[in-house]
Amino acid sequence: MPDAGARPDPSLELLLLPKWLTARSRAMSNEHGRGGRFTILGGIGLLFWGFIFTVLYKLLVYFRNVPDLGPFLAGKLLGLILIGFFSILLLSNIITALSSFFLAQDLDLLVAAPVDWLTLYSAKLLETAVASTWMVVLMAVPMFAAFGVAYHGGLVFPLLVVAAFVPFLVVPAVIGSAITLILVNVFPARRTRDILSVIAVLVAGGIVLLFRIVRPERLARPEGFRSLVEFVTILRTPTSPFLPSEWVQRAVLGWLNNRPDYLPLYLLWSTAAAAFVVGALLHRALYMDGFSKAQESAQRWARNHATHRIGYRVLAPLGILRRELMLKELRLFFRDTTQWSQLILLAVLVIVYVFNIKYLPLRGEGITFFLRNVIPFFNVLLAGFVLASIAARFIFPSVSLEGRTLWLLKSSPMPVRDLLWAKFWVGTLPLLILALGIIGVTNVLLQVSDFMFAVSVMTIAMMTLALCGMALGFGTLYPQFETENAAQIPTSFGGLLYMIASVALIAVVIVLEARPVYSYLSAQFYGTPTSRGEMVLGFGLAAAVCVAATLVPIGIAQRRLEAVER
Amino acid sequence: MISLRKLTKRYGSFTAVDQIDLEVPRGELFGFLGPNGAGKTTTLRMIAGILKPSGGSISIAGVDLAADPIGAKMRLGFIPDRPFIYEKLTGAEFLRFVAGLYDQEGAEVEHRARELMALFDLEEWRDELVESYSHGMRQKLIISSAFVHRPEVMVVDEPMVGLDPKATKILKDLFREYTRRGHTIMMSTHTLEVAETLCDRVAIIAKGKILACGTMPELRASAAGTGGAEGLEQIFLRLTGDNAARQLVEVLDA
Repeated sequence: MPDAGARPDPSLELLLLPKWLTARSRAMSNEHGRGGRFTILGGIGLLFWGFIFTVLYKLLVYFRNVPDLGPFLAGKLLGLILIGFFSILLLSNIITALSSFFLAQDLDLLVAAPVDWLTLYSAKLLETAVASTWMVVLMAVPMFAAFGVAYHGGLVFPLLVVAAFVPFLVVPAVIGSAITLILVNVFPARRTRDILSVIAVLVAGGIVLLFRIVRPERLARPEGFRSLVEFVTILRTPTSPFLPSEWVQRAVLGWLNNRPDYLPLYLLWSTAAAAFVVGALLHRALYMDGFSKAQESAQRWARNHATHRIGYRVLAPLGILRRELMLKELRLFFRDTTQWSQLILLAVLVIVYVFNIKYLPLRGEGITFFLRNVIPFFNVLLAGFVLASIAARFIFPSVSLEGRTLWLLKSSPMPVRDLLWAKFWVGTLPLLILALGIIGVTNVLLQVSDFMFAVSVMTIAMMTLALCGMALGFGTLYPQFETENAAQIPTSFGGLLYMIASVALIAVVIVLEARPVYSYLSAQFYGTPTSRGEMVLGFGLAAAVCVAATLVPIGIAQRRLEAVER
Repeated sequence: MISLRKLTKRYGSFTAVDQIDLEVPRGELFGFLGPNGAGKTTTLRMIAGILKPSGGSISIAGVDLAADPIGAKMRLGFIPDRPFIYEKLTGAEFLRFVAGLYDQEGAEVEHRARELMALFDLEEWRDELVESYSHGMRQKLIISSAFVHRPEVMVVDEPMVGLDPKATKILKDLFREYTRRGHTIMMSTHTLEVAETLCDRVAIIAKGKILACGTMPELRASAAGTGGAEGLEQIFLRLTGDNAARQLVEVLDA
C-alpha cells in the first residue's frame, strides 16, 4: 500500500507514454495496404521536398550572382518565409492548445489524478507544440537545406539551424497556449472554439489578401520602383528586430556569410526559456478555472421557424426522406462554426482569383487572338483545381462525419443511396453556383468569344459534378470515422488520393477538349473548315468521362457504405 | 416477431456469436443477459441491421432482414447503448428527422414527438441543440426517437444506463404497455432486477452461445436440478461462472 503522506509525482515521461505508445502501435500496425500507402506518401513527400529545394536553390544561386543586392535579397526571402512560419505556428498553436489543454479526452483522467501542475503543463505544451509544428518542420528541412547548399554552409550548418530553430518553435507554442488559456477563461471552451475558427479563417484570409496587396513579386523587378535607393531601403529594413524570426534569420545568414553572430542564438534560447516560465506561471494561475469553465457548454437555442418553413416548402417535392436528409445536412453545416467559417476563406480565395484574372495583361502588345481565347481555357483548369480543393474540404469528410451516428442510419429503412445523393446535392449545388460564377465573371473580364464562353461554362459544370462525385466516393472509400475534427479529414491518405485523382480528371478533360477547341479557333482565325466529327468526339468523350466520374464513385461508395459495420 | 436461425458472427478467428437460434413472439418482452463481451450487443446490432451476420438468418415480423432489409427495418426500432446523435440538431429536429427516415411526417408525428419529450421531461429542451444535453438526456431522446415512428419490434441495448430513477420507472412502464399492445421488445441489460421483474422470458448468453432460455420459473426449475438457485442473480452466476467471491478476497489481500 502506498504511503499516504508521500506526494505522488507522475513523471513527464509517464504522461507522454500513452501518446508515444499510440503513435508506435499505429506505426507498427500491419493493416492491409499500409506498405503501398507509405510508398505513395513517401514518394509525394520526396517530390515535394525536391521541388521546394530546387526552386529555392536556383533562386539563391541567382541571388548570389547579383552584386551588392544579392545578400539582401536572400535575407529578405528568408525573413519573409520565417515570419510566415511564425504566423502559422502561432495560429496553429492557439487552435491546437484548445483541444490538447481543454477538450482532449484524456484530460478528465489527468486532472483527476495527482499530477503536478508543471508536469501537466509541460506534457500538454509538448503535445501542442508537436501537433502544430510538424508540418512547418517538414517544410523547413528543404528550405534550410537549399540555403546551406547554395551558400556552402558546411557540416556544422545543420546543427546551427537546429540550435536556432528549436527555440523558434517553442516561443509560438508558449504564446499560443497562453492566448488560448486566457480566451477559455473569458468564454466557455465550445464558444472559444467557435470564435477561434472564425478568427483563424479571417487571419488566413487577411494573410492571403495582404500577400496580394504587397505583391512580393515586385521585389524581383527593381525597375518597378521609383529609384534604386527606395528599393535598397525596402530590402535593408528588417522585418522587425524584436521577432524571433528575425533572430533566426540573423543567426543563419551570419553563419552563411562567414560572419557568425551568436547573439541571436542567446536571444532565442533566453526568450524561449523566459516564455516557458511565464507560460507555466500563467498556467498555474488560470488553468483550473479555465478547465472547469471548459466543461460548460455554450447554451444555444435554435428556434428558426421561418427558415424551417422555407426549407420544408422548397424541398417538399423530394419526398419526406430526402427532404429530411437534406435539411439535416444543411443544419449540421450552418450550425457548425468550424465548417461555415471556411466559407470566408473561400470568398477571399475567389476574390484574389478574380482579381488576378482582371490584372492579366491581355490587352498589351503581342497578345494574339489565340492567347485571349486559350487563357480562358486554362482558366477552367485553374478553377477546376480550386473546386477540387473546396470539394476535398467540404464534401470529402461528409461520410466520415456520420461515423458516430451511423447506427441510426444503418438501422433505419433508409436506402444508403438516398443518403449519398443528399450529401452530393447539398455539397454540389453551392459549388456549381460558385463555379459558374467564377467562370462567368472571369470570362466577362477577359471578353472571350461566345464559343469559348459556352465551352468553359459547360466544362466547368460537368467537371464540378465529377469532382463532387469523386470527393464523396473517395471520402466513403477512405473514411475517418473516429476523427471529430472535419478539418483533419481531407489531410488523410484518402484525401491525398482524391486530390491526385482530381488532378488526373481535370487533365484528361482539358486534353480531350484541347483538340476541338484548337480546331475551332484555327477555323475562326484562318477561315479553315471545322471538323464536326472532331468536335463531337472531343466534347462527347470529355462529357462521358465527367458523367462516369460522377456516377461510378457514388456507386462504389454506396456498396462500401452498405458493407460498413459499426 | 423476431426469429434468429443459426445466427453467427465471426471476427477473423474469433466467434462473437455462435449459431444462436431464438424465437421472440408478438407481445413479448424478452431479456438478453450475459457477462461483458458475451455477444449481446453484437447480436442486437445484427438484428438492427448494423452488423452483417457471418452466417444464419434474421427475420423481423416475418420479413427476412437479408432479403428485404428496408422492409424489415421499417418494422424495427433500435436503441443503442451509446447515445451518439447529431450534436447540432435540436431535440425536436432530431425526432422529426428520425420519423422522416421511416417516411413519416405531419401533425401525428409532431404530436407523438411532443408527447414523448414531455414524458421524459425534455419538453423545455426541445429547441436546444443536442450538444448541450447531458448523457441521460441524450439517452432519453434516443429512446423517444425509437418510439416516434411506432415500430412493431423494438431492439434495445442497455436502456437504463445513465437514466435517473424517474426515467427508469417511466421506461419500464412504457415497455410494459408497449408489449401489452402486441408489440415486441428484445432488450439486453445488466440489471438483473429489471430482467427479473420486467421480462416475460430471459436468455443468458456467454461466449456467443445461449446457455439458458425461458421464463423465470423455467430457469429456476432448470437451475434447481444443478443445486437449487433462487434468484436470477444466482442462476446467472452459476451459468456464467461464480468464482467472483473467491477472486475478490484474493484481489483485496494482494
